[in-house]
Amino acid sequence: MSNEQNHARATAPVSARIVLSSEDIDRVITRIAHEIIEANKGTADLVLLGIPSRGFPLAQRLAQRIAATEPGLDAAAITGQLDVTMYRDDLRHSTTRTPVPTRLPAGGIDGKVVVLVDDVLYSGRTIRAALDAIADLGRPRIVRLAVLVDRGHRELPIRADHVGKNLPTATTEKVRVHLSEVDGENNNEVVIEAHA
Amino acid sequence: MKHLLSTVDLSRADAIRILDIAEEMAAVGTREVKKLPALRGRTVVNLFFEDSTRTRISFEAAAKRLSADVINFSAKGSSVSKGESLKDTAQTLQAIGADAVVIRHGASGAPARLAATDWIDAPVVNAGDGTHEHPTQALLDAFTLRAHWSRVRGEASLGADLSGMKVAIVGDILHSRVARSNLWLLRTLGAEVTMVAPPTLLPHGSSAWPCTISYDLDATLATGVDAVMMLRVQGERMHDSFFPNTREYSRLWGFDDARLAALDAQPGTETIIMHPGPMNRGLEISSAAADSPRSTVLAQVANGVAVRMAVLYLLLSGDQQRPAGL
Amino acid sequence: MSTTNNAYLIRGARPLGTEASDILVQDGKIAALGADAATHAAAADATLIEAAGQIALPGMVDIHTHLREPGREDAETVETGTRAAALGGFTAVHAMANSNPVADTAGVVEQVWSLGRRSGWVDVRPVGAVTVGLSGEQMSEIGAMADSRAQVRVFSDDGICVFDPLIMRRALEYVKAFDGVVAQHAQEPRLTEGAQMNEGEVSAVLGLAGWPAVAEESIIARDVLLAEHVGSRLHVCHVSTAGSVEIIRWAKSRGVNVTAEVTPHHLLLTDELVKSYDPVYKVNPPLRAEADVMALRAGLADGTIDVIGTDHAPHPSEAKECEWAAAAMGMTGLETALSVVQHTMIETGLITWADFARITSSAPAAIGRVEDQGRELAVGEPANITLVDAEARWVVDPVAMATKGRNSPFKGLELPGKVTTVFFHGHPTVLGGELNTPRITEAA
Repeated sequence: MSNEQNHARATAPVSARIVLSSEDIDRVITRIAHEIIEANKGTADLVLLGIPSRGFPLAQRLAQRIAATEPGLDAAAITGQLDVTMYRDDLRHSTTRTPVPTRLPAGGIDGKVVVLVDDVLYSGRTIRAALDAIADLGRPRIVRLAVLVDRGHRELPIRADHVGKNLPTATTEKVRVHLSEVDGENNNEVVIEAHA
Repeated sequence: MKHLLSTVDLSRADAIRILDIAEEMAAVGTREVKKLPALRGRTVVNLFFEDSTRTRISFEAAAKRLSADVINFSAKGSSVSKGESLKDTAQTLQAIGADAVVIRHGASGAPARLAATDWIDAPVVNAGDGTHEHPTQALLDAFTLRAHWSRVRGEASLGADLSGMKVAIVGDILHSRVARSNLWLLRTLGAEVTMVAPPTLLPHGSSAWPCTISYDLDATLATGVDAVMMLRVQGERMHDSFFPNTREYSRLWGFDDARLAALDAQPGTETIIMHPGPMNRGLEISSAAADSPRSTVLAQVANGVAVRMAVLYLLLSGDQQRPAGL
Repeated sequence: MSTTNNAYLIRGARPLGTEASDILVQDGKIAALGADAATHAAAADATLIEAAGQIALPGMVDIHTHLREPGREDAETVETGTRAAALGGFTAVHAMANSNPVADTAGVVEQVWSLGRRSGWVDVRPVGAVTVGLSGEQMSEIGAMADSRAQVRVFSDDGICVFDPLIMRRALEYVKAFDGVVAQHAQEPRLTEGAQMNEGEVSAVLGLAGWPAVAEESIIARDVLLAEHVGSRLHVCHVSTAGSVEIIRWAKSRGVNVTAEVTPHHLLLTDELVKSYDPVYKVNPPLRAEADVMALRAGLADGTIDVIGTDHAPHPSEAKECEWAAAAMGMTGLETALSVVQHTMIETGLITWADFARITSSAPAAIGRVEDQGRELAVGEPANITLVDAEARWVVDPVAMATKGRNSPFKGLELPGKVTTVFFHGHPTVLGGELNTPRITEAA
């Protein structure tokens, strides 16, 4: 979902408003990091799997906040990237997608508490694909979902465990997430664009 | 990309994209669950007019790892051996609902005919046609070469080409679809190619090819190549006066123990030895060479599945109603 | 049209592309030319044919046609092939011997000849096989065919080379007794085993077995020396390479009695087309390189090559709807010959319409000893006349053709020149660009 949400469209937006600033994103990450630790009663067995392209830097940021609370915990060692391209249900109907690497932490995911991380939760189809992808990679003890923004309009019975911001939107609107790791330096914000 | 018929018209961007996707596909082969759901419900037909168990099972494994259904159609013992035409066979596959056709045919251009006519709408993958091309073999060779090249240079392979690499292709160039497909693809990816063969086994007109032509394997090896690709020689060529006998061929153009020793004696050389298989041990390649640490023969087989997965994925995903373009 | 009316006034046509001159056709002959024609037309109650600006040519004579009958009536019949010939501007065709049964006896050539007479669209002149069954081993009954009603003068194993040098020598010698000519399909068989296309840069890329130029040139070189040695007449079919042109030019300079033909397709198409793997471009000899095409045009312009031969070779669609290697060799050509030659030779300034008349009419008639064809457009001569609208342009559509063959390599091409009218011994076989009626003669 994040892919098509952030894809440049030919039509220019009629209006755009910032719903999360760079500072807002920082605060939200910190809060979710604490929620994750609390829900997990610590950091044991924790694995953060980001869904490309913007879920992965979010997972890295979360891991750094979590690692900061516990000396000796290596953020990189609990972070991974989960590509869901091959599990999507729309492969035949959109332009051909190029898969990106899936990288799991060295400890794998068997018996772990996996937190899936994505930028925007919308129809829920990306998460459905991610759950299938995880099942082919191993058997986690628990799978949770953390998202920066939940914009509603679910098409599948999926909900997030950790939400940065609930954002009521119209389906005609676009939610664009910019993160410096992907979109360039000092480009951190969430924008809602309305199109004619 | 609607079809994969040859490498001569494959762009650099398309080739690199296939290799990059193949890297992701290769990772699947190392997992416990070696399967992706991407092509679930799609039907891939392996239409083999020539026997080639290796190529067929490689395509079969590729299709199955992507969850496609596979129908193997072998011309032997089928209606084709009773004189059914390529057109009728193709129309039959169309009626069955084939979503992609992987075709191996003894006649050069047969896949191009399937793609150009209205006999069947499905994407066509050339799995080797006559003495024309074998594009997935060249792609798996390029994949193998790129993995080696990135390891030697300590650079990432994703997105990379073969610039600066020197590759020698040795043997029966005249009858080799592998040699042709490799020449075009390796050139597109920036490698330098030398074709080494007796003059009788080089096609008339090959002087116009974008490669160096050599009759002397030792001289070519002495220049320091990064990879040497040995081609299979059919023993029966001997009867067509292409060379006096297999002993002389092996001595002049085979990768024998002496040449392996000479290579090992060159300081710091990391030259790999490739072969598309099946090998004639003792003819174009000695057992010691085939089994040496330089040999990539088995890696090539493994890479073949990944590359074919990438090709099938690209041809069968995406909106095929849209205009071409990878 | 009244059957009693056998007089026609062709008004405003330009004989051989020169100044306009009316032509009166009456009782199968050219009755009057110029101002006389109009004067006599009234008395003859002649039907007027308005042809202002059109080119008047002697009826075209094809030295090389495959009519397929007997044996392959699914590909073509004498009836359909000669309809195509008439529409293409021809008044005579030489029907090649590779039918089934082979035209190697008086019986078969008389059958073909009488089928032609019955059809009535053009003169059908059967070609006799040089060897029995085209096997290249034993000479066929050349004398019987020459003395038959078919009056065979051209002998050829076309499709197959008379490879054995001794058989070739004997044939060249033997046909002298009947004022005949051996038309050789020059192809060294060992050098062309399994050959699929011209051997060169394109075949190297396509992986199709090559048909090297030397396989044609070596046979032509041998044959012109044999013809010189025995003092015989030799005709070389479908010359396709620059080297062949050179050898024939050299032979003619030595006084060897050799004539040569080139096909329209070899004057225009190259082996680049094979890159499509579309078997419509598969032909024997194969399409060659650009340099060969240019050498053939130059050779035709300077007289080294004497005639156009269509090598019209119709095939049923299944023979071409397959992979390249399995496909039959051959292309149709009767209905496109004039246009392709106009396009490649006249519009390029290489030859004039007078030259065109020589290479498509008088020279092939002379080679085939067709006495009443290929004549001048003069008073008293047989009225074999083709009128061409040289300004017209048309797009080739094989489906619209009279031949059964759909295998035209010119499909979709826009070409100049449209045959509007053909008189065959004074009878209009083609009028307004369409078939009219055949010429009815006494029962054949």
